[in-house]
Amino acid sequence: METAKAGSARKSGRMTRMNTLQFLLRGRAFIALFLVVVYFSITLWPQFLSAGNIQIVSKHVAQNAVLAIGMTFVILTGGIDLSVGSIVGLTAMIAGMLINKGIIIPALGVVVYPSTWMILVISVAIATLIGMINGLIITRFNVAPFIATLGMMYIARGAAGLLNNGYTFANLVGRPELGNTGFEKLGAGSLLGINYSIWIMIVFAVIAWFVSTRTPFGRHVYAIGGNERSAELSGVRIKRTKVLVYMISGFCSAWVGLIIASQLVAAHPATGNAFELNAIAAVVLGGTSLAGGRGSIGGTLIGAFVIGVLVDGLVMSNVSSFWQMVIKGAVIILAVVIDQVQGRMQARIALQQQQELR
Amino acid sequence: MSDQAAMAQRPGVNAHSDPIVLRATGITKVFPGTLALDSVDFNVYHGKVNVLVGENGAGKSTLMKILAGVEQPTSGSIFLEDKEIHIRSISEAAAHGIGIIFQEMTLCPNLSVVENIYLAREVTQRGVVIDRKTQKQHTRELVRRLEQDIDPDTLVADLRIGQQQIIEIARALAQDIRILIMDEPTSALSTAEVEVLFRVINELKNRGVSIIYISHKLDELLQIGDYVTILRDGRLVETARAQDISVPWIIENMVGRNPAALFSRTEHNIGDVLLKVEDLTLPRPGGGYVIDHVSFELHAGEILGLYGLMGAGRSDLVDSLAGIRPEASGKIWLDGQPVRGTTVSDRIKNGIVLVPEDRQREGLVQPLSVADNILLASLKRYFNGFYLVSKKEKEAVTGMVKDLSIRVASIGQPITSLSGGNQQKCVVAKALLTKPRVLMLDEPTRGIDVGAKSEIFEITSRLAQEGYGVIFISTELKEVLAMSDRILVMSKGAITGEFTRDEATEEKLVSASAVGHTVAVFANHNGKENSHGNS
Repeated sequence: METAKAGSARKSGRMTRMNTLQFLLRGRAFIALFLVVVYFSITLWPQFLSAGNIQIVSKHVAQNAVLAIGMTFVILTGGIDLSVGSIVGLTAMIAGMLINKGIIIPALGVVVYPSTWMILVISVAIATLIGMINGLIITRFNVAPFIATLGMMYIARGAAGLLNNGYTFANLVGRPELGNTGFEKLGAGSLLGINYSIWIMIVFAVIAWFVSTRTPFGRHVYAIGGNERSAELSGVRIKRTKVLVYMISGFCSAWVGLIIASQLVAAHPATGNAFELNAIAAVVLGGTSLAGGRGSIGGTLIGAFVIGVLVDGLVMSNVSSFWQMVIKGAVIILAVVIDQVQGRMQARIALQQQQELR
Repeated sequence: MSDQAAMAQRPGVNAHSDPIVLRATGITKVFPGTLALDSVDFNVYHGKVNVLVGENGAGKSTLMKILAGVEQPTSGSIFLEDKEIHIRSISEAAAHGIGIIFQEMTLCPNLSVVENIYLAREVTQRGVVIDRKTQKQHTRELVRRLEQDIDPDTLVADLRIGQQQIIEIARALAQDIRILIMDEPTSALSTAEVEVLFRVINELKNRGVSIIYISHKLDELLQIGDYVTILRDGRLVETARAQDISVPWIIENMVGRNPAALFSRTEHNIGDVLLKVEDLTLPRPGGGYVIDHVSFELHAGEILGLYGLMGAGRSDLVDSLAGIRPEASGKIWLDGQPVRGTTVSDRIKNGIVLVPEDRQREGLVQPLSVADNILLASLKRYFNGFYLVSKKEKEAVTGMVKDLSIRVASIGQPITSLSGGNQQKCVVAKALLTKPRVLMLDEPTRGIDVGAKSEIFEITSRLAQEGYGVIFISTELKEVLAMSDRILVMSKGAITGEFTRDEATEEKLVSASAVGHTVAVFANHNGKENSHGNS
């Protein structure tokens, strides 16, 4: 009797220790965020925690987070989208062109200036279409996502330059007589004291969380990344789901392009250069497996904040930009290493639970 | 003395006189939270086939991994010819002359047969350049010894699974080994290939190689084995000479219960024609047919067994019905209504669903939980147009877990933590939640233990009773004979025999399954003679 009791007590003791460690590892992205915030709050007291600074950091994070949300869907299916940064640039340039030059219709010899609302709709639609083309190339012609989106990365970047021969569209304020003013409000305006771009991040994150966890589409995304063949044999429409995923990524990229062009009141063809890598870093940091099937929107959001806070904090601390890169790289690698450790541990715990059942 | 005499009455006696080559004593292996092996003693007799049996999770594979150097024992010792050895890696095991053929295929599909056989032990000239000529020549000899006709330069990806298994065996033979561990070597082999393997094993025995052999196929064990060791729940149950024991004895010791209940077939009423297939054809790339104009009917409440050798087209037939082969053509009626739509999701909507042959590759989504796996094919049923209703999802999963008695700690745990049998039940549950009319089970008992097999049989029977039409595929004659109301035998893509439950015998099934083959051989001979005559 007594030995049995002692045995079970020891066992439960081990269980709790394991559970604590498990809990810490599972929440590692959150803990990392907490640590960087605390660190910079202390070293950069008091300006780092000022309302103004929090707003600025959040605005920076919002751009990467929105891209990373779209990227999460892609990576969950086991794919990758390298074209998002270029789509950001192209969308900015399209919006800039629509405001400054309008749509020239040679046959009629007229120039149509769409309203600001129409400009948003057209830019987003084009970016989503590009995403769809990505998806179709990948699913219909069986091209690896890396290659298809790499190609699209160059095409979209080139197209962005072609729109104004490599020049910037400046002063995107529109003209009252053409009815296309107000574009700058997207970047500068705010609701309840919070910048629109931050609202966009919040709304996108909530919708993406809901879609990924509570809809059949979301479940299909996870299943495809986990085992495409099994998903297919379960009746999941692989091709349709994949195309949708790249469309979501394109859609998210478009909003980032619009936000940046609006904040700068100008559109430059190099806008969004290398953004795809930051987005991938945020997704991976948030615990999403590049092999697909594992990860979450919440994790991605935290990942984006870790990178954003780290970068802004280092800038404010006057750390050289080279050291910034070194530190950012180290954090990403460390995160993935911890991810592997946690995965192994989780498997062990599950096995243990199963064993106790017998 | 009297004790020994008493023990001699029982089959599991220790009266072996053969020399022992490898002795493992008191082997204990603790995984976190699990006692995988509990002070197990295991002897490997020189030049004999030492069989290891047990249910899934009994510890067989762990013991093998320890002997092969993949895992280290927590405690216990291993003696090779009375000298204690410590095996820390596969290469150390190889240095001691211990080779292993793993249950899972470990070949690289992108490399050729030669490259695979000599992977990580390439024959080189002066340690740098690979000596391809020698390698190829040795490979040719090995393949010939295994009575196969495989070009050494073929890519492994282009070989059938059975042939790949043969190459796996050839790879072990290419080393100079004293002890060869074979973990379920026959699970992917056809009857003819199994015979070849057995001949090779006998040849190895004659050359003094000791074999450790693991299999779930009990008849096979008694046919090839010399000593049989039974493990249960990580403990050694019995060791006996194969000649002293029988299949029921093995089962009883493996599961600790009466084997008569293994095939629990309940009587069920057979209803009207449920599924009618006419002229189903699947062309083979490069000419000919994988499925050659097949027509048949399936009744409600009927278990239709489908038997045939590997490559006979059984799996291709059910795959085509399930919508996995878009190039298949033919007419299908369900309840007298023509079935339209050719994709998997169309067929599931129509009520035709497949439990695929390869559980790991085609049945499960490994990173997902038990619940998410079970729900995957029927998500629309819990979707209210806006979101998935978790209450409905949970009801569906818990209902299935109870119905099929799937043993899980929680429905949210990863699917990979389950045993093979329970994983298979999850795949069946996934299929059942689509509310099918026709359920196709492709080798549902492959690689699962006797207890789980019996449960799968019971579930199959019950489903037939409930009015489902069931198509049941198995390579094991006994299973097909025990389960089916009617049996179709396939060979070379055509149906070569149809037997009712009362008519069917093992001999009839085997001869029907060979029909196309003998004819083909004759045709070839005739063709050759004719062409000779013409020239």
